[in-house]
Amino acid sequence: MSFEPREPFTSVTSIYVVLPVDNVDTDQIIPARFLKVTDKRGLGDQVFADWRYRADGTINADFPLNRPDAVGAQILVAGANFGSGSSREHAPWALVGWGLRVIVAPAFADIFKQNAMKNGLLPVTVSPAMYDRLAARRHADAAARLSIDLPAQTLTLAGEEPAHFDIDPFAKDCLVRGVDELGYLLDRASDIERYETQHAR
Amino acid sequence: MSAPRTLFEKVWNEHVVRQDPGAPAMLYIDLQLIHEVTSPQAFDGLRARGLRVRRTDRTVATMDHSTPTLPRSLAVVDPQAEAQLQKLKANCAEFGVQLYDLDSTEQGIVHIIGPELGMTQPGRTIVCGDSHTSTHGAFGALAFGIGTSEVEHVLATQCLLQSKPKTLEVRIDGVLPAGVGAKDVILALIAKIGTGGATGHVIEYRGTAIDALDMESRMTICNMSIEAGARAGMIAPDEETFAWLRGRRFAPKAQAWDAAVNKWRKLPSDEGAVYDASVTMDAASLAPMVTYGTNPGMGMAITGRVPSPESGASPADRAAIAKALDYMGLSAGALIAGQRIDVVFIGSCTNGRMGDLRAAAGVMRGRTVAPGVRVLVVPGSKTIKRQAEAEGLDAVFREAGAEWREAGCSMCIAMNGDQLSPGQYAVSTSNRNFEGRQGRGGRTFLASPITAAAAAVTGHVVDPRGFLGGVS
Repeated sequence: MSFEPREPFTSVTSIYVVLPVDNVDTDQIIPARFLKVTDKRGLGDQVFADWRYRADGTINADFPLNRPDAVGAQILVAGANFGSGSSREHAPWALVGWGLRVIVAPAFADIFKQNAMKNGLLPVTVSPAMYDRLAARRHADAAARLSIDLPAQTLTLAGEEPAHFDIDPFAKDCLVRGVDELGYLLDRASDIERYETQHAR
Repeated sequence: MSAPRTLFEKVWNEHVVRQDPGAPAMLYIDLQLIHEVTSPQAFDGLRARGLRVRRTDRTVATMDHSTPTLPRSLAVVDPQAEAQLQKLKANCAEFGVQLYDLDSTEQGIVHIIGPELGMTQPGRTIVCGDSHTSTHGAFGALAFGIGTSEVEHVLATQCLLQSKPKTLEVRIDGVLPAGVGAKDVILALIAKIGTGGATGHVIEYRGTAIDALDMESRMTICNMSIEAGARAGMIAPDEETFAWLRGRRFAPKAQAWDAAVNKWRKLPSDEGAVYDASVTMDAASLAPMVTYGTNPGMGMAITGRVPSPESGASPADRAAIAKALDYMGLSAGALIAGQRIDVVFIGSCTNGRMGDLRAAAGVMRGRTVAPGVRVLVVPGSKTIKRQAEAEGLDAVFREAGAEWREAGCSMCIAMNGDQLSPGQYAVSTSNRNFEGRQGRGGRTFLASPITAAAAAVTGHVVDPRGFLGGVS
């Protein structure tokens, strides 16, 4: 197999941050003016730029990611339809750049979800009830820890029973083994050649 | 006899290269469109692995997002944008990709030049690192936006791994009232089903109201499929489609044309084909639409009042409306008509085509831009710019007091220096009213070209139906 190695994703245990907003679009995750880069790195400082920083450039201390109790969080819990809008992969690059490894939400926009998994950022879809429980627990206890076990497909709030989450088995396999899809495609070059011949492409 | 199939299923099945158990389908991509913003890291990826572009004949690039729309002699907005444009140029040269750069007579917004050049054809699979790739579905192509990793996958293999989406039938029957067009139809649909309403689905738009639309209007509708969360939007090809395509540079010629049309005629969904979900709308009941909030689903008839947070269906909806009204500086219960505006933007891959410019010019002809209002008219491509100038539309806009610009994405994404100032209100024919989309702190009302033009001459949000037919 000609997979390009990357860090395998197994489990994450961390404090978490709640962003209680539905339909967070990728223009909020990384505003367009930061898309002029030609690299994937260095976007962490700009993640949620217009929410994290005031117009005069000072830090908005009220924004969840800016609060002292967010330091070290690797998990973001957000409202439904997270990542809607633009297809910019700069969104997961920026989230990963900030230090996040998991986004938990009741629903994700399709393109964002695909982009996230290709960058080692795990989107975990939970029920609205679970979302409410995570938000309530975090409100009561900022130090609450959340564990995500990808091989077992479980999400566990400290002191509670593990809850199952669904994920596409192929995407899971790529994440757990730390491989990407391009290797899979390159390994099937003969199928591509056959298709091109048979379908006059 | 095989089971009846939808348009989507026919195109999908035709492009499955291989389907392993437990894996997504390997889907063959007929055409990849490239632009400066979402491609540099993909070319870097190829270089890092020592790969080439597998099919340079199926890869086409243009410059649109961070390109200036003032005369080309002026500098690009900043060194970073300039570097990005140069990088695209260098990458295309190194990998042998055809580039329609700023000096090309056919440069323009990627989703406008694809159809213009006849590269967008029925039954094709088309991708681009841009969510508005759904535009090309107007021709019965399966076209969708992808991320930069997937851009790299397609450059290297001409294939993508894709899970098969579900299908959503959007059936719109009846006749659209005067002053109501494609933009109003799609804004009404998104208001109805929400910005996540079509997640995981490919929409097929059908019904008598869709059949009656010209190709540009169909492109406007398919363009905003992504704003409902759809993977793609499609419309079955018909005589209108074939007539529009015929003779374009990359359209099939002579006998190949006849063969292609025969094939394309088999694409429309079979009688009795089953969709996973279905939505209907009555064209006759629609009115000119405008958005009041900070996502494209927050839309309303232009005759209506700004909703109150209490009208939200859930706590999350109520919070979203409250947040949106706060950002927009609007009061619940106020009429949206009469809201003062500062800027009008007419353009984008949604509404930057000839029909859009003609409609806007029809309203502005003989009228004057309201005092204090800035109006940008940005053609979607150089070809459109030339055509509009040949028809004298540029003169109509200029005489009214509007700015007539060069082709590009411009204020739709505000990467090129064309942007709102904090707090400013704009009526825009583009596709997104997200916070800061048109410039940090800017407030966007999405609307049709005639609604935008009517706002330009009055200085506020206004029902365009009082401005049809020019000045009396």
